[in-house]
Amino acid sequence: MALAKSSGEDAVAPAPRQASVFGLAVANRGVLWGGALLAAMALIAAVGPFFTGDATALNPIQRLKPPSAELWFGSDFLGRDIFARVVAGARISLAVGVAVAVVSIAIGLLLGLVAGYIRALDAPVMRVMDGLMSIPGILLAIALVSLSGATLMTVIVAITVPEIPRVVRLVRAVVLTVREEPYVEAAIAAGTRTPLVMSRHILPNTIAPLIVQATYICGSAMLLEAILGFLGAGIPPEIPSWGNIMSEGRTYFQISPWIIFYPGIALAATVLAVNVMGDGLRDTLDPRIARKM
Amino acid sequence: MSAPVLDIRGLSVSLPKGADRPLAVEDVTFSVNAGELVCVVGESGSGKSVTAFAVMGLNPKRSLKAVAGEILLQGVDVLKQSTRGLRRLRGEKMAMIFQEPMTALNPVMKVGEQIAEMLEIHSDLGPAKRRARVLEAMRDVNLPEPQSLYHAYPHQLSGGQRQRIMIAMALTLEPALLIADEPTTALDVTTQAQILALIKDIQRRHGMAVLFITHDFGVVAEIADRVVVMRNGRVVEQGAAAEILTAPRDAYTQMLMAAVPSLTPPERPQPKPAPPALEVSGLNKVYGGGGWFGRGRQVHAAQDVELTVRPGETLGVVGESGSGKSTVARCVVRLVDPTSGIIRIGGADVARLGERRLRPHRRDIQIVFQDPYRSLNPRRTVGQSIVEGPMNFGMGATEALAKARELMTVVGLSPEALERFPHQFSGGQRQRLCIARALAMEPKVLIADEAVSALDVSVQAQVLDLLADVRARFDLAMLFITHDLRVAAQICDRIMVMRHGQVVEQGPTREVFGNPQHAYTRALLDAAPGRETRFASAVSCPPAPT
Amino acid sequence: MLRYILMRVVATVPVMAVVALFVFLLLRLSPGDPAAVIAGDYATAEDIVRIREQLGLNEPLPIQFVTWIGLLLQGDLGTSIFTNLPVTTLIGQRIEPTVMLTLTTILFSVAVAVPLGAIAAWKAGSLIDRFVMLFSVAGFSVPVFVLGYVLIYIVSMKLQLLPVQGYRSPWDGLGPFLAHIALPTLTLSVIFIALIARMTRASAIEVLQEDYVRTAHAKGQNELTILTRHVLANAAVPIVTVIGIGIALLIGGVVVTESVYNIPGLGRLVLDAVLARDYPIIQGLILFLSFSYIIINLLIDISYAFLDPRIRY
Repeated sequence: MALAKSSGEDAVAPAPRQASVFGLAVANRGVLWGGALLAAMALIAAVGPFFTGDATALNPIQRLKPPSAELWFGSDFLGRDIFARVVAGARISLAVGVAVAVVSIAIGLLLGLVAGYIRALDAPVMRVMDGLMSIPGILLAIALVSLSGATLMTVIVAITVPEIPRVVRLVRAVVLTVREEPYVEAAIAAGTRTPLVMSRHILPNTIAPLIVQATYICGSAMLLEAILGFLGAGIPPEIPSWGNIMSEGRTYFQISPWIIFYPGIALAATVLAVNVMGDGLRDTLDPRIARKM
Repeated sequence: MSAPVLDIRGLSVSLPKGADRPLAVEDVTFSVNAGELVCVVGESGSGKSVTAFAVMGLNPKRSLKAVAGEILLQGVDVLKQSTRGLRRLRGEKMAMIFQEPMTALNPVMKVGEQIAEMLEIHSDLGPAKRRARVLEAMRDVNLPEPQSLYHAYPHQLSGGQRQRIMIAMALTLEPALLIADEPTTALDVTTQAQILALIKDIQRRHGMAVLFITHDFGVVAEIADRVVVMRNGRVVEQGAAAEILTAPRDAYTQMLMAAVPSLTPPERPQPKPAPPALEVSGLNKVYGGGGWFGRGRQVHAAQDVELTVRPGETLGVVGESGSGKSTVARCVVRLVDPTSGIIRIGGADVARLGERRLRPHRRDIQIVFQDPYRSLNPRRTVGQSIVEGPMNFGMGATEALAKARELMTVVGLSPEALERFPHQFSGGQRQRLCIARALAMEPKVLIADEAVSALDVSVQAQVLDLLADVRARFDLAMLFITHDLRVAAQICDRIMVMRHGQVVEQGPTREVFGNPQHAYTRALLDAAPGRETRFASAVSCPPAPT
Repeated sequence: MLRYILMRVVATVPVMAVVALFVFLLLRLSPGDPAAVIAGDYATAEDIVRIREQLGLNEPLPIQFVTWIGLLLQGDLGTSIFTNLPVTTLIGQRIEPTVMLTLTTILFSVAVAVPLGAIAAWKAGSLIDRFVMLFSVAGFSVPVFVLGYVLIYIVSMKLQLLPVQGYRSPWDGLGPFLAHIALPTLTLSVIFIALIARMTRASAIEVLQEDYVRTAHAKGQNELTILTRHVLANAAVPIVTVIGIGIALLIGGVVVTESVYNIPGLGRLVLDAVLARDYPIIQGLILFLSFSYIIINLLIDISYAFLDPRIRY
C-alpha cells in the first residue's frame, strides 16, 4: 500500500486568533447592560448612605408626603425618607443575594461532585436533594426562620438551603457527562488518581455553568428575601430591607402607594440586571449546558 | 440523448464570514441522467453534502447561500423557486434520504404515518387509500409484516429497517431523482450490503436518477455508474466509475485511490517466539440484571473471549456493532470491570485487581480512542496531556517534557507544538498526539479502538503507517479494534472475528480472509463493498496523459 | 407500561420519606425547646410539660419518628395551638380558593406561554423572539407582590374595573368568581408564563435542529404542521417537566398572592400561622403542600409515558 505523505499534515496550524472568553463575555450585550446596572446598584449600596439623609430618622410632621423635590421617593407613615431607606436597603438585598449565591454554589459543588463521581453515594444524595426540592422554597425558608429566630444570618441560611439542590443537580449532570469523555478515560488509563482527575479534568467544566447559575441564584435570593420581609417572616423590621419597607407600606397603600412602588422598582431593576447578566453569561460561556437550565 | 434529470451548472455556495474559505462549493458542474447512479465522493470539507442539500434547498439560508449557478431539475431551476414551489418539488420530483436513520425519523410518530405524511402533503388521497399505498411502499422495500410494522415507532426498529422506511418514504411519489446522503455510513457492513442492493434494484425498476454522496470508496466501487470527485468545494475529476477508480488522471484522485486499503492481505512475517504480552482467557462481561422489579434486561456483551498477542504482533478484532469488540478492549484496559476471566499483561493477572494494586500495571497497557475531537482535554495544552501519564508515576517535569518532545518527533509532529491546545490541530494530528500520549507510558500493549474510523481515507493511511512504524520501533503488542475489513486486512497479522459477544473465528489474516471457516465470517467478507475492484495504487497508476 | 408506572410510584416513597424526615428533624433539631415552640409564646410552664408528654418528646428520636409517621399515615397532621382544630380540618376549610387560583393560573399560563415560546423559537432572532425573551426575563425579575400592587393600583383603583380584594367561590356564581380571580391569576401567571415560555422556546429551538425536522422539510411539509406535529410533539416532555417544576414556584407564589389580594386560602393560613407562631399549622402545611407537589410530579412522570412512546415500549 503506497502512501502519499502530504507535508501539509505535519505542519501545525497557526494559532487561530481566538478571542479570550472574558472579551467575548463583556462584548455580549446582556452582560454589558446587566453588569453595568448591577455595578451601579452596588456603588449606590456601598456609598449611597453617606449621601442621602438618615434612613431611620423619624419625622412625624412629614408623614406620608408624596414624592417631591426634597423627598424624592416621598415619606412613610413615620415620616422617614423613603429614598434614604431604599438606598440603605440596597445593601441588605445585595449582601443577601451574593452571600446566598456563594454559599449555595460552594455546598452544591461539593455535593454534586460527590454524587456524580462516587456511584454508591449518588442515589442517597439525590434522594435527599429531591426531597428538599419538593418543599416549596418559600415555605422552607419560612419554617427555618420561624424556628431559629429572625436575624440576617438565619435568613441567609434559610434562603440558601432551598437553592442547594438545583446546584447539586447541575454539577452532577456535568460530572456524569464529562466522566464519559474519552480524555477522562485516557487520564484514568494513564494512572491518574481520582482527586486529580476531579480537579484537573472534571472541575473546570463546571465553572462556566456554575457562574451562570450563581447569577440566577443571586436574583432569586434577593426576591425571596424581599418576599419574606414583605410577609413579615424575614429580617427584623428595624432593618430597612426592601421587603420590610414594602411590608410597612401595605396598610397605607391606597393613600400612599409609593411606599410599595419605589422599593419594588429598585428590587425589580436589580434582579432584572442580575438575570440579564446571567442570560448573557450563559450565551457566551456555555450555550450547550445552559440549554438544560 | 434525453436531457439529464439533474443538471448542476456552475453552482457556488458561500460560507459565513470567518470560515476557512469563502465558498463551501465553487463552480460545481455535473449532471445525473435517468437510470444512472452518480456517486459524489470526497473527504470531509469537500462540499459534497452542501451540494446535495443545495439541490433540495435544505441548506440553512443564512449561512449557506447559493451565490452563482443553477440547479436544473427536469429543466426547472430549483434555486429560483419560491418556498411553495420548492415544497411541491420535494417529494414529487426529488426526494432525499439521510445518514442517520434513527435521528431522521420523528421518534414520537408511527413509522407508517410518517410515510403516509408524504401522501398527505402531496396528494388528495383519503386515509384508507393512503394506508394502502404506504403498505405497498413498505413491501416494495422488503420490509417484513408491513401491517404490524406500520404501527411501530422508530426506536423499535433496527438501523436497516429504519433506512428502508426512509427509502419507502422517499419513493412514495415516485420522484425522478433520489438523493442519498451517506445513507449506509451508520449501518453495519452486512446491513449496508442489503441497502445498497435495494437502492440499485429500485433504481433499475423505477428508472430513477440517483445522486449518492459517500466517502467510502468501496461503496463507490460497488454501485456507481459515474463518479464525481470533490475537494475543498471544487470538482476535481469526474467520469465513468471504472475509469476513475482504476485509472484516475488527477493527482489528488490518484492519491485517494492509493490510500484505499486493499481487501487482499499481504504476506506477513512470522511472529517472534516470545512470551505473549497480552493473554486473555474466559473473559466475560455482563451488563444489567438486578433492579427492583424482576430481571432488568441482561446483556452478555462479551462471552468467554480468549486471545493472545505477542510483542511485535497486531491482532485485529473485527465485528459489527454489538459484537462486543469495544467491550473487550475496555475490559482489557480496565476502564470497565470484567465479570469474570483472566487478563494477563506481561504475565500478571490484572482482571480483578482493585484500583490501587492495578495502578502500577496501567503503564503496561494503553489505549487510543476513536474520536480525535474528544480524546484530548480541550483546556490543557497537548504537552500537559502527554506528560500527565509519566508524571503520575513519579517522573519529573523536565524529564517528562523531554520525553514528550522526543515522542512528538516520533509521531511526525513538531516538538514546538507542545505548547498548543487541541483545537489548533486537525483530526489526524490529534490522533498522532493520542498515540504519543500512549507511548509516553512505554507500554507493552497498545490498543487502538477504532482509532482510524473517524478519519478521512488519506489521513487514515498516514496514521496506519504511523501505527505500524511505532509497533516495530517499540516492539509493541497491538490490539486493533475495527469494523473496517480493508484496514484489518492491511495491518493485522492475525484476526479475530466477533459476533454477539462471542469469538466466531480466529487465525492469521491471510487464512481468515482467503479461506473463512465460519458462515458469519463468509457473510462479512461477502458484504464488503467493492470487493472486485482493484483501486489504482501508486505503483500501478498510469502516467498522466499528454 | 404498567411496570413504568409502578416504578415511578415506588420512587416517590424515598422522596416522601426524606421530606417527612426533614420536617420531623426541623423542629427537633432547631435551637430552643421543641415543646416550648409548639406550646407558643403564651404558654405556661405546665403547658410546656403537658405538651412534651402529649407529643412524646421525651422519647428517643427514632421512636418519636416512628410514632410521628404512624400519625401521619393515619392522616393526622397535628393540631393548631390557637384554634385547637386539627390541621387537616383547617386545610379542608381553606383549600378551595387555593386550588381554584392554582388551576386558573396553570390553565391560563400554559395556554399563553406554549404558543408564545413556540413562535419565539420558530422566529428565533426576530423582533418577536426578542420581545418574548425580554418579557420572560422581566417576568422573572419582578416580585410577585409588587406586580400585584401595581395591577391593583391601575385596574382596581384608577380604572375601577375589578374588585380590589377577596374571593368568591364559583359555586356562588361564575361572574363574581371570575371578577375576583382575574387579577390574582394574572399576577401569579406572569412568572409562570415567563418560565414556561422560556423553556418552550429553548426546547423548541433544540428540537428544530434535529434531523427529523429536516426530513419533514425534505418531504415538503409546511411550517405550521412541522411546528406542531414534529417540534412541539417532541418538545412536550421538557415542557411538561418544567411545568411540574414551576408548580413549586407557584405554590410559593400563591402564598404571596393570597396575602396581597386577601384570599382566604392555604397561603393565608401559612402566614397567619407564622404571625401567630402556630407551629403545628406550619409543619402540617409544609407536609401537605410538599406531598401534593410530589404527587403532582408523579402524575407528570406518568404522563411522559403517554407523550413519549420510547418510555412505554
